[in-house]
Amino acid sequence: MRKKLLVLSMGCFFATAPFAADAQEGISDGVVKIGVVTDLSGVNLDFGGPTAVVAAQMAVEDFGSKVRGKPVQVVSLDHQNKTDLASQKVRQWFDQDGVDMVTELSNSAVALAVSKIAAEKKKIAFVVGAATTRLTNEDCNPYTIHYAWDTYATAKGTANAVLKLGGKSWYFITADLAFGQSSEKETSAFVKAGGGEVLGAVRHPAFQGIDFSSLILQAQTSKAQVVALANSSNDTVNAIKTAREFGAIGKQMFAALFMQISDINGMGLPLAQGLLFVDGWYWDLNDQTRAFAKRFYERTKRMPGMVQAGTYSTVLQYLKAVDATGSDNADVVMAYLKKNKINDMFAKGGYVRQDGRMVHDMYLFQAKKPEESKAPWDYYSLKATIPAEGAFMPLSQSKCSMVKN
Amino acid sequence: MEVFGIPTQALLGQLVLGLVNGSFYAILSLGLAVIFGMLNIVNFAHGAFFMLGAYLAWLALDNLGIGYWWALLLVPMMMAIVGACIERGLLRRLYELDHLYGLLLTFGVAIVIEGIFRDQFGVSGQSYSVPAQLRGAIDLGFMRLPNYRVYVVVASLFVCLVTWLCLERTKIGSVLRAATENATLVQAFGVNVPLLFTATYAFGAALAGFAGVLAAPIVQINPLMGSNIVVVVFAVVVIGGMGSILGSIITGVSLGVIEGLTKVFYAEASSTVVFLIMAIVLMIKPNGLFGKGVAA
Repeated sequence: MRKKLLVLSMGCFFATAPFAADAQEGISDGVVKIGVVTDLSGVNLDFGGPTAVVAAQMAVEDFGSKVRGKPVQVVSLDHQNKTDLASQKVRQWFDQDGVDMVTELSNSAVALAVSKIAAEKKKIAFVVGAATTRLTNEDCNPYTIHYAWDTYATAKGTANAVLKLGGKSWYFITADLAFGQSSEKETSAFVKAGGGEVLGAVRHPAFQGIDFSSLILQAQTSKAQVVALANSSNDTVNAIKTAREFGAIGKQMFAALFMQISDINGMGLPLAQGLLFVDGWYWDLNDQTRAFAKRFYERTKRMPGMVQAGTYSTVLQYLKAVDATGSDNADVVMAYLKKNKINDMFAKGGYVRQDGRMVHDMYLFQAKKPEESKAPWDYYSLKATIPAEGAFMPLSQSKCSMVKN
Repeated sequence: MEVFGIPTQALLGQLVLGLVNGSFYAILSLGLAVIFGMLNIVNFAHGAFFMLGAYLAWLALDNLGIGYWWALLLVPMMMAIVGACIERGLLRRLYELDHLYGLLLTFGVAIVIEGIFRDQFGVSGQSYSVPAQLRGAIDLGFMRLPNYRVYVVVASLFVCLVTWLCLERTKIGSVLRAATENATLVQAFGVNVPLLFTATYAFGAALAGFAGVLAAPIVQINPLMGSNIVVVVFAVVVIGGMGSILGSIITGVSLGVIEGLTKVFYAEASSTVVFLIMAIVLMIKPNGLFGKGVAA
């Protein structure tokens, strides 16, 4: 009896062996599932949101909805800006639902948590919306790609541009969250390195619709030449609105460290005009971006921003990698992504570094005056292109354990 | 001269700004206190009414060209109708039941209203400009105080005072207060108590809508503005005493000032200080600072 059992189990083992080998190459579960983790119902809805999911779907359709004969599916998750919820659901996605890759991930806290889970489960996480540089430093791992912007890029680009305009003394209004603190720290470093000084900072509860009059008054009292807003979405918009109301905008330079086109659309150019900021993409840069934007607008009635364009690009590049390698195994795909350039409407000549940072050109924009805007969503005027090499933190300064320094 | 490292003038400026926020809290908590005091309903939809008021003002301007001053008059009336419909159609059926059902229902109404607007408008919000007559600012030397903010304080406190007078010093107010204590007896006197209840809820909604119009030029109007503020307003009402009209006004203004001062000294705690105070007050005086005890 025992001998029969032994033979039977050996037989089963050898019978399944070829299938086990198959799981290493080839596409697991016979379907490529892409998960878009974003804020579908809260403060960051316009920053990422349902439009990012549409962008992912567009990428899948543009690729033909199939990879090596296997279908591609897009699933989405509303992280509600809650780390625990996102973590639990993403774990379930990876363990039970056969999701192969996650993308978007606005909200730095959520991005950090999900990136760790992706590394644990050996699945790829593309971080588009979140900005914390910890993703490519202390918390780097071989399965995360920080794709669009980060606090270093916006800090360096903004600080250098404003210092050149004569803004030497700075005051920060910072969102009391990971991305805000990270940005304040990095921007301060650039200001000091460029011969400026930081007169003070105030950190406020973020994404709660607080009133900014008291904080703007503190910024005015500091007599700083520059007021830097290390916050995003409605907080930035409310801060600027309040600053105009209190007559601060004429007297001090305002620099927004996380401006997106959705914010300018919400504010309107009369409020936003003259604001300087660094962004990773704009719909009106060239023919390719315009063509994408037109198709996107037809589907969503909104122009895409960096997050939507970035999400599209991550899905497209992922599918290209799976197609080229014939596998959705994370190690195989990551090796391909790190070896090949990124060339699409989001980035030209972009590449993924060993620390997971996707290096590409960044841009310095200024919000147009209302009379300069010729059409709806014609908001940005390009002031400078920040070439890829100088835009992001050099590897020599990296705290990532994967970088040998 | 400096107080705790802040120049006196800057501190004064912050006090003034705290007063402005306080007057918002006062008018919103007044509406909540009226509804709870008179109807024993915990109106979680109050924040949604506030948001609805702001959006109606914006929609009126954007689609019908109806300006701010007309909106100040018309929006509360529209909100009163909305409130009356909700009370008549939904809340009325829950009076016999536990308070909790009213709370759940209004909470559900709030989520629905917020969801509809979020779906329609996104969260980046809409801009509403300050009416021409109130533009400009008073130069106080250490800061420029926008005229509109001064007007907000005056308008809210005026409305609060009028409401308090009506409820505490007029006949209709006393009838309403009597109806709260013993509805059956008052009805026996020939007063149409159900109508009184509908009117009260409608009035509370109108107050929230009025606050919404006041807020429209100050904040970016977005569907989340109601849920952001309603939790703080509830804390204010609890601290003031759930049934006390005067209590909610005084507490609202005071907490606005306290929150403003917290923003100066330790801004990170500015959204938690109100709840800290609420916890302390509930431990010492469970009925709130001005509360007289809640009818079961």
